[in-house]
Amino acid sequence: MNSKRTELKVSAIRNGTVIDHIPTESVFQVFKILNLDKTKNQVYFGTNLDSKKYGKKGIIKISDKYFEYEEINKIALAAPKATLIEIKDYDVIRKENVQLPEYVDKIVKCFNPKCVTNNQNVSTSFKVTEDHKGNMKLFCKYCEKTMAKENIEFV
Amino acid sequence: MSTLKGRSLISITDYSKDDILKILDMAEEFEKNPRRNILNGYIVASLFFEPSTRTRLSFESAVQYLGGRIVGFATADTSSVKKGESLKDTILTVSNYSDLIVMRNPLDGSARFASEVSPVPIINAGDGANQHPTQCLLDLYSIRKTQGRLENIDIAMVGDLKYGRTVHSLVQALTLFGAKFHFVSPESLKMPSAVKTVIKNAGLEYDQYTELSDVIPFADILYMTRIQGERFPDPLEYEKVKNSYILSNRMLRGSKETMKVLHPLPRVNEITEDVDDNPKAYYFQQARNGVYIRQALIAAILGLK
Ligand SMILES: [Zn+2]
Repeated sequence: MNSKRTELKVSAIRNGTVIDHIPTESVFQVFKILNLDKTKNQVYFGTNLDSKKYGKKGIIKISDKYFEYEEINKIALAAPKATLIEIKDYDVIRKENVQLPEYVDKIVKCFNPKCVTNNQNVSTSFKVTEDHKGNMKLFCKYCEKTMAKENIEFV
Repeated sequence: MSTLKGRSLISITDYSKDDILKILDMAEEFEKNPRRNILNGYIVASLFFEPSTRTRLSFESAVQYLGGRIVGFATADTSSVKKGESLKDTILTVSNYSDLIVMRNPLDGSARFASEVSPVPIINAGDGANQHPTQCLLDLYSIRKTQGRLENIDIAMVGDLKYGRTVHSLVQALTLFGAKFHFVSPESLKMPSAVKTVIKNAGLEYDQYTELSDVIPFADILYMTRIQGERFPDPLEYEKVKNSYILSNRMLRGSKETMKVLHPLPRVNEITEDVDDNPKAYYFQQARNGVYIRQALIAAILGLK
């Protein structure tokens, strides 16, 4: 099966944003992070599509919508290798890889059960950092604990 | 004092090196003359959502030496918290009745949250396992007072280094002054990697030991902490190590002349009582220094001289 035919399984959009190279199991997470379950725009998505690079991948296309980069970069936590493609009149006008934002607010739970964010009505807020080995970590603004990637749980 | 005025103190990392030195210098003045009536007409709220008699009394005597008044509660049982009031509501209500709030709360991060909702400054008197910055400042004061400097101290930290919040904050603060760190703990209670990263990022070094006797010859400060049996996954392991981290007077032979033993108190059995009479024992004076530090903080945050 060639890649052209794979593409056709999800409709092309005239104007809007395509998020490609999402790990198949993270597609619904990305939906949630971007509040796509509440949007009035047309949204198409596919999972378990063949990908030359990653084996299986997911894709989401949102018609007539462009995101602020700071907003869409939040999905880097769930889909670190995702590609953002902005489309105008069926043409690609911008194509970029997502990047980790500096701060991650409201979308991730703190892994510390004694953190105030898990016990009072307080939104979470994390600073994205790295340990000395270069692994991505989230530093909770409240309990000041540092959370590794494998402990990340979305709200 | 304009930079500290009106600012909450939640975590020791909220303070720069200059802020810390300002507070230590002010505390030195309060040590010379603790009785000063500068808080006359001011009210400090003391909200202890969990009991901590030592810390509470230290804050209360700091306020009263300065001639201020205190409102508040010593445990959550008698307060509206028990009726299910949110932390936010308690803080917003009490801030109507006071110029400054001192808060102790069992939830990690509760103090930061309180400072975000409160119109008056907050001093964190301990938020769960997270921070206890006034303890850290009184430790720094005690180190400077006994060693004559804060720079390049050889500090040995002993006991539960994994869960002990006082040692974590003290490491963070001392990295500003270029300390040499020596960590003594059982294998399962070693200093967490996040704290070690702070040391490395500051371009400093640490070493790790399992024997207390190894660090005694060269330490300027021997900072003892409690080891709690329930921290050990295996009770047998606890039995094996529990006596290796008890300091007795005999062990202090061969230590530096100027060396001092510090402990955040209360101690259980990790320092035997025969150490108390040794001039190197400093833990009770250390607790006394907490009053001067808290006087300095309250005065600085309220902008009083
Ligand atoms: Zn947290």
